[in-house]
Amino acid sequence: MYPSIESIEKALIKAIETAVVELPSDVREYLEKAYHKEEGLAKAILKTILDNVKVASEERTPLCQDTGLLSYYVRVGTKFPYIDHIYEILRNATIRATKEIPLRPNAVNVVNNVNSGDNTGYYVPIIDIELIPNSRSLEVIVMPKGGGSESPSISKVLTPAQGIKEAMRIVIKQIAMYAINSCPPIVVGIGIGGTFDCASQLARKALLRRLGRRSSIKEIAELEVTMLNLINELGIGVQGVGGRVTALDVHIEIAHRHPATLAMALCVSCWALRRAIMKVNEDGEIKISSYSGDTI
Amino acid sequence: MRIICTPIKDDDVLSLHVGDIVYLKGKIVTARDAAHRRALEYIKSGKKLPLDLRGMAIMHAGPVAMRRNGRWEIVAIGPTSSYRMEPYEGEFIKATGIKMIIGKGMMGNKTTKACSKYKAIYAIYPGGAAAIAKKNIVRVIDVKWLDLGIPEAMWILEVNNFGPLIVMIDAYGRNYYNEIMKHIMKHTNRIINKVDKEINL
Repeated sequence: MYPSIESIEKALIKAIETAVVELPSDVREYLEKAYHKEEGLAKAILKTILDNVKVASEERTPLCQDTGLLSYYVRVGTKFPYIDHIYEILRNATIRATKEIPLRPNAVNVVNNVNSGDNTGYYVPIIDIELIPNSRSLEVIVMPKGGGSESPSISKVLTPAQGIKEAMRIVIKQIAMYAINSCPPIVVGIGIGGTFDCASQLARKALLRRLGRRSSIKEIAELEVTMLNLINELGIGVQGVGGRVTALDVHIEIAHRHPATLAMALCVSCWALRRAIMKVNEDGEIKISSYSGDTI
Repeated sequence: MRIICTPIKDDDVLSLHVGDIVYLKGKIVTARDAAHRRALEYIKSGKKLPLDLRGMAIMHAGPVAMRRNGRWEIVAIGPTSSYRMEPYEGEFIKATGIKMIIGKGMMGNKTTKACSKYKAIYAIYPGGAAAIAKKNIVRVIDVKWLDLGIPEAMWILEVNNFGPLIVMIDAYGRNYYNEIMKHIMKHTNRIINKVDKEINL
C-alpha cells in the first residue's frame, strides 16, 4: 500500500532528526583523519569534536545547538501521488520537527526581528525542487546549515578577463579574513558560471557531494586539489587556533557562463556539515538515512 | 586537568595565559546579543540587573531548551560567534565584574583592554560541540529575561568540569587570535600569488 501523507511527513521529521544528531560518515572520517594529522590545541579541540559527534548520535541530541536554517533538496517524480501537497508536506514537517525534536527556532523576520518560533517564514525553509519525469518517487535531502559559517560566503560577477584565477583569489581572501569564526575545519563549496544566483546555488549544492569525491571534469578536479592545498597553507587550523587542517575538502561545480560574465560564489560549511536523506521509492517504500553523497 | 571554580578570583585569572586549557566548575550565565544590549541599557539608566555577576563566567550561547514536567532542561548548548558581542563586552566587563567570557572565534581590542584593566579572560569552547557540553551541565538554576526568547534569555546554569576552555585573551594584554591573524595575513598575499603560478585556467 502506498504510504499516507502523514507517514511521509513523519519520515521527513525522522530525516530532519537524523540530520541534526548524526554526522554523515564521510565528514566523520575526514575529522578523524584531521585528528591524526594535528597536535597540541588543535588536536585537543578535535578530540572534543569527535567525542561530541559520538555522544550526539548515541543520545540522539543535536550535535550543534545551531540547528540551522533548514534547506531541502527535493527530487520529485511528476507522477508522485502527493505532488500537489509537496510544499505543505515540507512546511508541516519543519514546524512539527521544530517542536518535537526540538530544533532551535531560527527564522527571524527581517523587518521587525521577530522570531517566527517554528523555523518557517518568508521563503524558509529553503526549498530546491527538481522534477523526475514519469516517476512516482520522492527524494528529499535535508541540510540544516548553521549561521556561524555563513560569514565567509560571497557571490560576485566578474568579467571573463578576470577569470577563474580572480575567483580563486577571492575565495582565499574571504577564507583568510572570516573563516576563524566559521568553526573550522571548514568544507568549501564553490560555484563558477551561470548567473550570480546560479553560481550561489551551485556553491551550496557542492556541499552535498561526498568528501574526497572529485569533480568529473578533469581540470576542475585538479583545481579542487590545488585550492585545498592553498587554503590549508593559510594555517588557520581547527577553530582558528592554528594548524595543518583548515579545510576538509573543496568542491567546485560549474555552469556555462554568459559571454560577458563570469559569476562566482563561495559557500562555506562549518565542520558540522549535516545532511540526511528521506526517500519514497516507486512502490512506496520509505527509507531514511544519514547522507554521504550517495542516494539510498 | 586544571579546574577553576566560580566565583573566580583575580589570582585565578592572573594564573592563566593564552593557550592554556581549563575546565570550569560552578555557575555559568548565558548572554548573547540581546542580553548584552539590555544589560547595558539597565546599567546606563541605573537599573539593577536581575542577578549579581561579580566573579561569574558568562557564555555567548543560545541554547535549545525545553520545559519538561515544569522544569527547564537544556537540550543542546554551545558557543555562538563572539565577535558580535565585541561592541558591548568591554563595558559589560567593567560594569558587572565578570571574570570569564566563554565563546568562540575572535574578539577585539576593546575586550582585550577591558580584560587586562579589570582582570578577566576570554576563553573559547570548541564550536558546535553542543551534545557533550550539555553533559557537563548539572542543572538549570534559573532563567532571566525569558521575554527575549529562549536563545537570547540569560540562563543560569550549574556546570561541572565544563570544557575544554582555551584561553584566547588573558589579563596580560595578549590576544592569541590577533597573533594568529597576523600570521595568517602575512601568508595570505604569498598564497594568493601562488594562484597565478599553480592555476592554469
